Amino acid sequence: MKEETVIKVEGLTKVFGDFTAVNKISFHVRKGEIFGFLGANGAGKTTAMKMLIGISAPSSGSANVAGFDVYTQTEDIKKSIGYMSQKFALYDDLTVKENIRFFGGIYGLSKARISQKSNLLIEELGLEKVAHSLVGSLPLGWKQKIAFSVSLLHDPKIVFLDEPTGGVDPITRRQFWEMIYKAANNGTTIFVTTHYMDEAEYCDRVSIMVDGNIEALDTPKNLKTHFGSDSMNEVFLKLARS
Amino acid sequence: MSIRIDHISKSYGKVNALDDISIQVDQGELFGLIGPDGAGKTTLFRILTTLLLPDHGSASVAGYDIIADFKAIRKQVGYMPGRFSLYQDLTVEENLRFFATIFGTTIAENYDLIRDIYVQIEPFKNRRAGKLSGGMKQKLALSCALIHKPEVLFLDEPTTGVDPVSRKEFWEMLKRLQDKGITILVSTPYMDEAALCDRIALIQNGRILEIDTPKAIVEHYPKPIFDVGAHNTYLLIEKLNAYAHKHSVFPFGEYIHYTDQRDGFDPLELRTYLKNEGLQNIHIERTKATIEDTFMELAKQ
Amino acid sequence: MKRFFGFVQKEFYHIFRDRRSLFILFGMPVAQIMLFGFAITNEINNVDIAILDRSQDASTKEIISKISSSDYFSILQHIKEEAEIEEVFKNGKVKAVLYFEKEFSKKLIKQHTAKVQIVTDATDPNVANTISNYINSILSNYQEEQNRSITLVYQIVPQSRMVFNAELKSVYMFVPGVMTVILMLVSAMMTSISITREKELGTMEILLVSPLNPFQVIIGKVFPYIFLSIINAAAIVILSIFVFHVPVNGSLFLLGLESVLFIVTSLALGILISTISTTQQMAMMISLMGLMLPVILLSGFIFPISSMPVPLQVISNIVPAKWFIVIVKGIMLKGVGIRIVWKETLVLLGMTLLFIGLSVRKYKIRLE
Repeated sequence: MKEETVIKVEGLTKVFGDFTAVNKISFHVRKGEIFGFLGANGAGKTTAMKMLIGISAPSSGSANVAGFDVYTQTEDIKKSIGYMSQKFALYDDLTVKENIRFFGGIYGLSKARISQKSNLLIEELGLEKVAHSLVGSLPLGWKQKIAFSVSLLHDPKIVFLDEPTGGVDPITRRQFWEMIYKAANNGTTIFVTTHYMDEAEYCDRVSIMVDGNIEALDTPKNLKTHFGSDSMNEVFLKLARS
Repeated sequence: MSIRIDHISKSYGKVNALDDISIQVDQGELFGLIGPDGAGKTTLFRILTTLLLPDHGSASVAGYDIIADFKAIRKQVGYMPGRFSLYQDLTVEENLRFFATIFGTTIAENYDLIRDIYVQIEPFKNRRAGKLSGGMKQKLALSCALIHKPEVLFLDEPTTGVDPVSRKEFWEMLKRLQDKGITILVSTPYMDEAALCDRIALIQNGRILEIDTPKAIVEHYPKPIFDVGAHNTYLLIEKLNAYAHKHSVFPFGEYIHYTDQRDGFDPLELRTYLKNEGLQNIHIERTKATIEDTFMELAKQ
Repeated sequence: MKRFFGFVQKEFYHIFRDRRSLFILFGMPVAQIMLFGFAITNEINNVDIAILDRSQDASTKEIISKISSSDYFSILQHIKEEAEIEEVFKNGKVKAVLYFEKEFSKKLIKQHTAKVQIVTDATDPNVANTISNYINSILSNYQEEQNRSITLVYQIVPQSRMVFNAELKSVYMFVPGVMTVILMLVSAMMTSISITREKELGTMEILLVSPLNPFQVIIGKVFPYIFLSIINAAAIVILSIFVFHVPVNGSLFLLGLESVLFIVTSLALGILISTISTTQQMAMMISLMGLMLPVILLSGFIFPISSMPVPLQVISNIVPAKWFIVIVKGIMLKGVGIRIVWKETLVLLGMTLLFIGLSVRKYKIRLE
C-alpha cells in the first residue's frame, strides 16, 4: 500500500533575534493520519504551526503542506486546510446557520453548496432545533463539534486543531473524537497541537517538542513502552524534566 | 468542619448553574470538585467566597456564615480565581507586597508558608507578572493567595492551561500546604487530577453526581470494563456501537473502553463478532475503571 | 491607613507604567492648549486691508501711514463708497476696511472726538478679532502721541463692526473650554477605565475577597487622579498665562477651589460610569459619548449656548461642564468673585453629591 505524505517538514527553523523558537525540526505526516503535536507552553509548537499554515515565514529549512510550499504558495495552503482552535472557533453573536454560511463564503463555496452542506451538517449533529439560535447560547461541547464540522466545510486535505477539547465534558469529548476518527477515516489528515496529554493518547502518532526541538516522535504505545511509562503524561514529564 | 454547603441552588435566568448542592469538607482536607466547563464549579466558588448570593440554601466557611459574616470570611480565606488575576504591570515582588499590605500583613511575617513556592520565582522578582510563563504565574498567584495565612484556600481551576510539568509541581505544593493544616477546595476539569485529592465531588450541569474518595469512586464502577483495539479505530467504534449487547462504548486514548449489558460476558464472543465484521489486529483485555469512566457512567443516567 | 496607601502606591505604578495613559494624562493637556492657543491667537502679518477715507485730512493721512508702515497690514486699495465695502470682502483678499468719517481732523480738534470704523471679515472670527485688536492698538497709540503734544485731549472713538458673525465672544474662551475638557477626560474617563480594568482582568474579584472595604478601593482608585488633575489644571492655567497671555482677572485661589470641585464632580461621574460598565471599552465609549461630546457641543465651549435651539439650551443645564465653564469664564476673564458665581457653584456641588449618592447606591459589594 502506497502511503501519501501530506506534510513534509525538513530542517524547519524559526529565529526571532537571537532566540531560536523552532530548531531544525523534521517530520512527515501521512494522509488520513491523526498527528499529535505536543509541547509545553513556549516549546515552539505554536510558532511551528504558524509556519505550516502559511501565516509566518520560516527562517530556514523547507516544508510542504498539502503539496504546496510554505515559502511561495501560502495562499494555496490556506485554501487546502481547515483550522479550529479552542480560543476562537465561531462567532458567538451569529446563529449556527449564519456561521456556516459565513465560513462557507470565506472559502468560496457556492450558495447551493453551502446550503446543501449546512443542511447535512445540521442533520448529522442533530442541530435542527438550534439552527437559528445564537452560537453563544449553546453549551461549549456543541460549539466545539459545530466548529470542527465547519472547519471541514470546504473538504480540506488537512485540518489543524489547536487544543480542541480542553474543558469539554468527557462524553462530549468522546463524541468529538469519534468525529475526528470519522474524518480521518475519510482521508482527512488531522494535525492536533496540544499540551493536554489525554488528547495525545488518541493520536496515531505524536511528536513532543521541548525548547524548539522535537525530542520524540512515535505512536503513543511505542513511546510509553520506550519510556517505561503508563501514560503519555509520564512520558512527557520524563522528557521535559531530563 | 471547615466548609459546610447546605442545599445550595443558584440560577442565572433559566439556566440552573447549581441545583441543590450539599458538601461538607473537613478541617485540613484536600477536596476536589471535578467537572467540565459549565458544570457550576466557578459559581460555587464565588458563593463560598461571598462574591455571589445563593438563591436557596446556606453555607459556612471556617465557621462563618457566607451571608451574615461575609466580612469575616473575606479576612480568613485565600482565593485564586480561574483566570490569572494579578496585576500584569506590577513586578512579582510588587504584587506579593500589595496583597500582603491589603491583608494587613507583610511578606516577612508569613514567609514560612510561601517559602517553598516563592523561592522558585524569587530569581524573577523584578520581572513584570505579565512576562512570566504560565507555570510561574500560577506559583505567584498561589503565593499571593497564601500571603495572609488563610485558614481555607479556594483554588478555581488552578491547573487549566498549564503544562504537565507545572501541573505536577503544583499538586506537590498543594500536598505540602495541606500538611500545614490548611483546608483546600480545588476544582479541575482534569479527571486524572482527581486521584490526588482526599475526597472528590463529581459535578456536571450544576448537579453532584457523587462524593467519595477517588478510590471508592473507582471501585463503585458497576461493570467489568475492557480495552478493545483494532487496526481501524473508526470502524471499531462503529461496529462496537452496532453490537447488540453493548452497554457503553467510549474511546479512551489508544483503546476503546467497552462494557457489556450481560453479567456473564465472554470476550471471545465479541472477538468473533469483530473478526466477522472485518476488523484486524483485534485486542481485548480486561482493564480497571478510571474516574472518567465512572463520571461518564453517572452522567449517562 | 497602611492598606490604603499600599493601594494608592499600586495605582501610581499602574499609571506610570502605562504609556498610553501617561500620554493622555500629560501629553493631551499640553497638546490641546497649544493647538487651541495657536489656532486662535494666530499672529497676523501683512493682512490686506482697504481704506475708505471721507476726510482725507492730516490726521487720517498720518493714521493711514502709521498702519501701512506696520508689519501687520498692507493697504491693498482705497475705496470711495460705503457700498463698495461688501464687494471688496466678497472678492476675498481684503480682510478689513478702515472707514474714517467726514471731517475727521476738524471733529477731533473741535469736538475732541472723531469716529473711525473698523469693518472686519469675520468668516474667520478669530482672525477678525485679532485684526480689530491690532488696529485698535495702533489708533490708541496715535491718540497717546497726540495727547502728549497737545494739552487738549483728543479722542478717537474706534467702532469695531464685524460682519458675517456679529456675536463674537472672547478669544480667550478656549482656556476655560480646554480646561473643562481635560479635567473631564482625566478625571472621569481615566478613573472609570482604571476601575473597569480591575473588573475585566478579574483582579476585582480578589480585591472583593479581601479585608479591603469597597469604599477604600474606590477612594484608593480615585485619589491619584485628584492629585494628577490638580497638576493638570495648574499646568493649563500657567501655560495660558505665560504662553498666551490670557488674563486672570479674578482670584487664583477661588479658581483653584472651583477646579477641585469640578474634579470631584468628574471623578464621581467616572465612578458612576464604572459601576455600569463591565469592560474598559464600554467605560471608554460611555465616557466619550456621554461626557466628552456634551462637554464639547453643549457646554458653550465651542457653540454659544444663547444661540442654540431652546430644547438644547434646556439640556445644556444638566451638563456639569456648562456650569464650570461659566464659573471659569467669570473668574478668569471677568474677574468676578464667589458673590457672582455662587449659584453655579451650588449647582455643581449639588450634581456632585447626586453622582456620589448614585454611585454609592449602585456600587456592589458582590459580583452581581
